[in-house]
Amino acid sequence: MYDAPTPENRVTDQTIKFSARKVQVYYGDTHAIKDVDVDIADNTVTAFIGPSGCGKSTFLRCLNRMNDTIDVCRVEGDILLDGEDIYDKKVDPVQLRAKVGMVFQKPNPFPKSIYDNIAYGPRIHGLANSRADLDEIVEKALRRGAIWDEVKDRLDAPGTGLSGGQQQRLCIARAVATEPEVLLMDEPCSALDPIATAQVEELIDELRQNYSVVIVTHSMQQAARVSQKTAFFHLGSLVEFDDTEQIFTNPKDERTESYITGRIG
Amino acid sequence: MTDATLNTSGAPRKGSLHVQDARTTRRNRSEARFKGYGIAAILVGLFFLAVLAVSIVRSGAPAFTRTVVDVDFTMTAAQVEAAESELFKTKAYQTVFIDALKSQLDESGLEVEVDNAAIERLLGKIGGDLRTFYANNPDQVGETVSFQLPASSRVDGYLNGRITRDSLENSRFLMATDLDLVDALQEAGIIKGAINWTFITGTDAGVDNPGGAGLGASVVGSFFMMLVVLFLSLPIGVAASIYLEEFAPQNRFTDLIEVNISNLAAVPSIVFGILGLAVFIQFMHMPQSAPLVGGLVLTLMTLPTIIISTRASLKSVPPSIRDAALGVGASKMQAVFHHVLPMAMPGILTGTIIGLAQALGETAPLLLIGMVGFVARGYPDGIMAGFTEANSAMPAQIYTWAARADASFYEKAWGGIIILLAFLLTMNIIAIILRRRFERRW
Repeated sequence: MYDAPTPENRVTDQTIKFSARKVQVYYGDTHAIKDVDVDIADNTVTAFIGPSGCGKSTFLRCLNRMNDTIDVCRVEGDILLDGEDIYDKKVDPVQLRAKVGMVFQKPNPFPKSIYDNIAYGPRIHGLANSRADLDEIVEKALRRGAIWDEVKDRLDAPGTGLSGGQQQRLCIARAVATEPEVLLMDEPCSALDPIATAQVEELIDELRQNYSVVIVTHSMQQAARVSQKTAFFHLGSLVEFDDTEQIFTNPKDERTESYITGRIG
Repeated sequence: MTDATLNTSGAPRKGSLHVQDARTTRRNRSEARFKGYGIAAILVGLFFLAVLAVSIVRSGAPAFTRTVVDVDFTMTAAQVEAAESELFKTKAYQTVFIDALKSQLDESGLEVEVDNAAIERLLGKIGGDLRTFYANNPDQVGETVSFQLPASSRVDGYLNGRITRDSLENSRFLMATDLDLVDALQEAGIIKGAINWTFITGTDAGVDNPGGAGLGASVVGSFFMMLVVLFLSLPIGVAASIYLEEFAPQNRFTDLIEVNISNLAAVPSIVFGILGLAVFIQFMHMPQSAPLVGGLVLTLMTLPTIIISTRASLKSVPPSIRDAALGVGASKMQAVFHHVLPMAMPGILTGTIIGLAQALGETAPLLLIGMVGFVARGYPDGIMAGFTEANSAMPAQIYTWAARADASFYEKAWGGIIILLAFLLTMNIIAIILRRRFERRW
């Protein structure tokens, strides 16, 4: 084993949203995540990078307990959201997921109208008291998703009829419609062309004003462009976690350096 | 083989795309062969389908028609009074009728001997029918009434070639000489074909009265049975599948249940029949031959089909939709009921209708619980009676008819099959329409 240096988790002026300590994840007998300690700050974009299968998506899915849906998956350690253990017995994952929204790798709009796609979350959480309220929420979410101008005339059209990039922005709008505090994004641009990617990245930067954003990405350029903090995962361990600038210009661990210069991965 | 070898530019170069190598040729040939097999298989299937369809229609169509004797007949008040004062009243009515028939034949200039016995063999004892008619409709006395009296099924048989003069040698039901009368009536236009509504709306008749037998009561029996099957198997099946597919943990126990459901789908239907007899009738003392019991037995049979097809269609909903719903904070149940179930609906409906169609055509278990054809002697009075009163079902009725000795019943059995197939076709068409309507793309 390497003698991994303790990552220096410098969180300066911002409040910490998520705080993970000694997180272990097992898929059956496979030890997928080993001893991950990480602090995710508010109003910050945190990027998880690393080679395929290194556990970054798995760890991301721990943050809103999406791994609960996988029978064989087991999570140990502490993950605190605003100081509260999200794996506590008293926590209902449904409430947690309303606070911690998620955008998936493949755009997955519901096979319903654009309006219903956005309105679904607010409806089930009872965020709107009237139709007018709901209309307002939908418009606000679509504006924040930077897709309002493109779809405002066809809110009744099916969400699945949009282009890939539009679908992904629709999914982001859907995620912000429930007013989450943290937004998790699992490779949100992997299925998008460069123009749509640029739009989504711009969007992520705007979302930072209101949310803490955690993004998993395979593109190091993307991580460098959008994030303030970067975590490098390798073989299930968190190798290095620091300011993005630091990671990309002066990595401490040689594995990080090898990865960002393209020697491993 | 290839013209490329005769290229003007001389011998083709090695590795030219214009020359097929031996391996490609072999591969293409085997592909062509395979296509040939496929087309041959389809043609064989179509051939048998055509043979089946033609033979069913040819054998079954006569069941939908019958021969009637159409007589314009007037009975005056004096004649009615005279007949009512006789000792054998119906006999008197009959005599009046036969006189009318004779005179109608005379008008057509046909000379045949008409006697009461021959008429009775052709039309049955019609005096009673006439008397009932005039008793019920006194205002028709003195008016000209056009009677359509159904001829015996043997007359049907003679007219459509099933019975010949030779085959009547030893029959006491119809004499060879009677056929002269039939010929004469046909020539005079008195005897003719009509649609046999009795077959569609009637109830089962005795073994000696094929003409009066109908499928109507059995259709009603099948209908009530299908109601029971639909309202039990759809909710139970869908609930079970949703639980197994979406909620149940993966462990030995659920694996065991899964294997058993698959096995149940393969259990012969007669096993369910004897189970129904033992449990529902002998142990729980439910009424024998009741569509309710039939429906329960068929529910047991249909459930595995519905569960398997429902699970398959739930499985085919992309998991990204579940993730999407859970990701915005829907509970598991909300994700299933708001998103997964609507998307699986076309598959569930198709599976259910196919299961129902299977149940509709099932015979063996019904025979075991006593829903045999001859039980269907009348329509149930009322909705509740429809479930509990003894009745038969279409396939059981067909089976009963096919087992009867009289050749006319055999014809009825074929006719019954046409009606049964019409129902099945309708159900399958509904399934296709529903699937088209509910299908969504994602």
